[in-house]
Amino acid sequence: MRLIVPLRGVIQGRGGLFVGSLIPCCLFYFLQLYLKRRRPPPPSDPTELTRTSSRSNLFSRGNSIGRVRISSRAVPVAKPTDSAYYIGLERVKTDPYDRITNTDGIIQLGLAESTLCFDLLQKWMSENLMESIMQSNDGEFDISSIVMYKPFEGLLELRVAFADFMSRIMGGNVSFDPSNMVITAGGTPAIEVLAFCLADHGNAFLIPSPYYPGFDRDIKFRTGVELIPVHCRSSDNFTVTVSALEQTYNQARKRGSKVSGILFSNPSNPVGNILSRETLRDILIFAQDKNIHVISDEIFAGSVYGDKEFVSMAEIVGSGEFDKSRVHIIYGLSKDLSIPGFRAGVIYSFHEDVVNAATKLMRFSSVAVPVQRILISLLSDTRFIEEYMTAHRQRIRDKHILFVEGLKQLGIPCAESGGGLYCWVDMSSLLTSYSEKGELELFEKLLSVAKINATPGTACYCIEPGWFRCCFTALADEDIPVIMERIRKLAESSRS
Amino acid sequence: MGLPMMMERSSNNNNVAELSRVAVSDTHGEDSPYFAGWKAYDENPYHESHNPSGVIQMGLAENQVSFDLLETYLEKKNPEGSMWGSKGAPGFRENALFQDYHGLTSFRQAMASFMEQIRGGKARFDPDRIVLTAGATAANELLTFILADPNDALLVPTPYYPGFDRDLRWRTGVKIVPIHCDSSNHFQITPEALESAYQTARDANIRVRGVLITNPSNPLGATVQKKVLEDLLDFSVRKNIHLVSDEIYSGSVFHASEFTSVAEIVENIDDVSVKERVHIVYSLSKDLGLPGFRVGTIYSYNDNVVRTARRMSSFTLVSSQTQHMLASMLSDEEFTEKYIRINRERLRKRYETIVEGLKKTGIECLKGNAGLFCWMNLGFLLDNKTKEGELELWDVILKELKLNISPGSSCHCLEFGWFRVCFANMSEKTLDIALKRIHEFMDRRRRF
Repeated sequence: MRLIVPLRGVIQGRGGLFVGSLIPCCLFYFLQLYLKRRRPPPPSDPTELTRTSSRSNLFSRGNSIGRVRISSRAVPVAKPTDSAYYIGLERVKTDPYDRITNTDGIIQLGLAESTLCFDLLQKWMSENLMESIMQSNDGEFDISSIVMYKPFEGLLELRVAFADFMSRIMGGNVSFDPSNMVITAGGTPAIEVLAFCLADHGNAFLIPSPYYPGFDRDIKFRTGVELIPVHCRSSDNFTVTVSALEQTYNQARKRGSKVSGILFSNPSNPVGNILSRETLRDILIFAQDKNIHVISDEIFAGSVYGDKEFVSMAEIVGSGEFDKSRVHIIYGLSKDLSIPGFRAGVIYSFHEDVVNAATKLMRFSSVAVPVQRILISLLSDTRFIEEYMTAHRQRIRDKHILFVEGLKQLGIPCAESGGGLYCWVDMSSLLTSYSEKGELELFEKLLSVAKINATPGTACYCIEPGWFRCCFTALADEDIPVIMERIRKLAESSRS
Repeated sequence: MGLPMMMERSSNNNNVAELSRVAVSDTHGEDSPYFAGWKAYDENPYHESHNPSGVIQMGLAENQVSFDLLETYLEKKNPEGSMWGSKGAPGFRENALFQDYHGLTSFRQAMASFMEQIRGGKARFDPDRIVLTAGATAANELLTFILADPNDALLVPTPYYPGFDRDLRWRTGVKIVPIHCDSSNHFQITPEALESAYQTARDANIRVRGVLITNPSNPLGATVQKKVLEDLLDFSVRKNIHLVSDEIYSGSVFHASEFTSVAEIVENIDDVSVKERVHIVYSLSKDLGLPGFRVGTIYSYNDNVVRTARRMSSFTLVSSQTQHMLASMLSDEEFTEKYIRINRERLRKRYETIVEGLKKTGIECLKGNAGLFCWMNLGFLLDNKTKEGELELWDVILKELKLNISPGSSCHCLEFGWFRVCFANMSEKTLDIALKRIHEFMDRRRRF
């Protein structure tokens, strides 16, 4: 079709020139079309067909053997990452800090996980693990209860236990229906499956930024769905506004992108905001107006430590004012219950067809049955969950206070936050240049000089340079002064 | 864009946001007869004492014949919960946090050694080439994402496992082009059939990216001959495509010597450009009878594929708890040797029971030597040797005999009248009853 473009100049010319030039151009164009149809499918690797296999083997000597290729969608997956988020995580592995054996190592502040309540979990596990897997109703060990095929969407008892658990930790003002729920092998497949169900290849989700860098992989790797950041500003404490949503949506439409939904995290990641009822309603009204889906990632719902109350999107639609079927919620136990290794996530949707499709897709990402048994036992132990969640919130709060105070002493402020396992730190005063470049330079200095891995805002698509996400819930109290000292030294050397 | 304003805004509650093509497609295949039989079973399941006239499930390839071995092992070796973590609950901390897509080294090593054991040491497996997935279903889908783009094709010999239509095509957008096999040579793949399938794809302007076989075959219940494997590798090299061998039933071959893994063929090849097109899928669901654990693996000789598969496995990780639990079991060579040996023996006996029992009623099966099912020929009972005729007979067997078996047409078999019958997911007594029902049915037919 691009061949037509050069013809325009001709067409605009005089009649004779037009006819004299147009006919051969047309002929040329149609010849190309004919040849294209006749051409065999391209060889798998045209550039490397000339390689000869010089070593003897049983197969096809005489013909040169090309290197077999992987699919074009797989190629970007194998490439070395260019995201500072992953680069930082990799660097820590090469020289991880240890309080005793490697005090000069890199301190990990880039992974949102909590170890603050391990003592409680460990105790529960040592007392209950065996029983929860091995025992069936009559007290006898029945192997069929853990080894056989079970529904891929999760045992009913687990969905019931999850529904109850989610209701408790989300303030008790909302109830969840187990039949709207599908259990997934972690939050990662939960978001991917939703993306597969709600958007076609090439469609897009709006996503308030800064956002969790992992979403790029989770959504873009295989679904082909685009993520369009809706930029939020520090002046709004990085809370999404309707005007930003409208503006981004309109720009997307002009570019020809089809927006299928809006995805956001609440509590937000990396900032740690708790979204107000008003903001949640604004998002719903916007989505209704554009007739798009709403995906609320509530994976940090139980990790709330501030004064602001967490409200689930499920509670907002519960009022009956909005069309529920466009709302879908993601949850999981990796953050609130500190068991990412168990791989347990939830897709909760008010749309029956989405639940049905997701159920069928769970064959690719289901939770092992013995693990489900452990979780049923764990989540149903309401006394323990109560004790755990109270301690979890309190300990995050205490650690948060220490961490933020430490930074404050250095003249480094943090955004206001009330949830999550991290804080959003404004290190712009340490930048040599107030730009993305300056921020990445600081990121590198933090890694190699201060030996700290913090995730730079660029990796989270933040438009204001200098912000870093620092996860503090895997730190012991004594690690904090160490961190602050390292930052102080870095700050000093950069000022001199 | 020129659209009238009122079409761009939907300010009432009646507009429901669209779902994707993936969500509304029926590529999941759950409306096919293969799954319809399962529904009938769910509604009226056979039970030895509670419901002896219910539907007997012979459409599910699940291995329950060696549960006792697993049970004994779990109870004996697990008094302090040592199985749930080599240090028991104190190992919990590592389990709880560990979500590395590389997988536990100890578990990958255990898998590698288990896979070697099954192949009698005739091939070596490098633990670093093992990528873990939550089941073989996920492994097959993942490989398809990596080896083929949307609208590309994989060549798959018929008859094949009906689930492939969903697992290989649904989200991936990849097509399956069948390599037709028939009973004239026991359904073995021939070079002619391969070429013909390839040509069919080319004629339709579809790019073929690989061949995917199941060895031992599901639904045939027979191993693929060594010569055929060599032909397949040769073909893959000539066309410069991949070769995927789904070997999830490799531990269920009745006589170990009769199984040749593609790993053995590749073992003696140095040329990377030949080796790196070969990938093996394995799982613990069939051989070890642990489908509930969701443990599958991709073993690839291609570094790029290993790297990519690893990253993509984040969508389908095996929980660290499971890895820990199984690492010690799989590396307990005394246990695995005994289990594999006894399991093979029991499956062989079951197979003989059913084949003999069917023979007595005049029904022949394909000569099989592996798996959890037999490939039964009821072609002689069909008035019309068509798909409709076959499905009519299948319906009769489901409704009258209350046996759920899988019709060959759902496996894309072009010869009508073949059925896959599973025998390992029930007690010997239940198998007896199933055979009795068939016997009575055949008797009744003879009287007419």
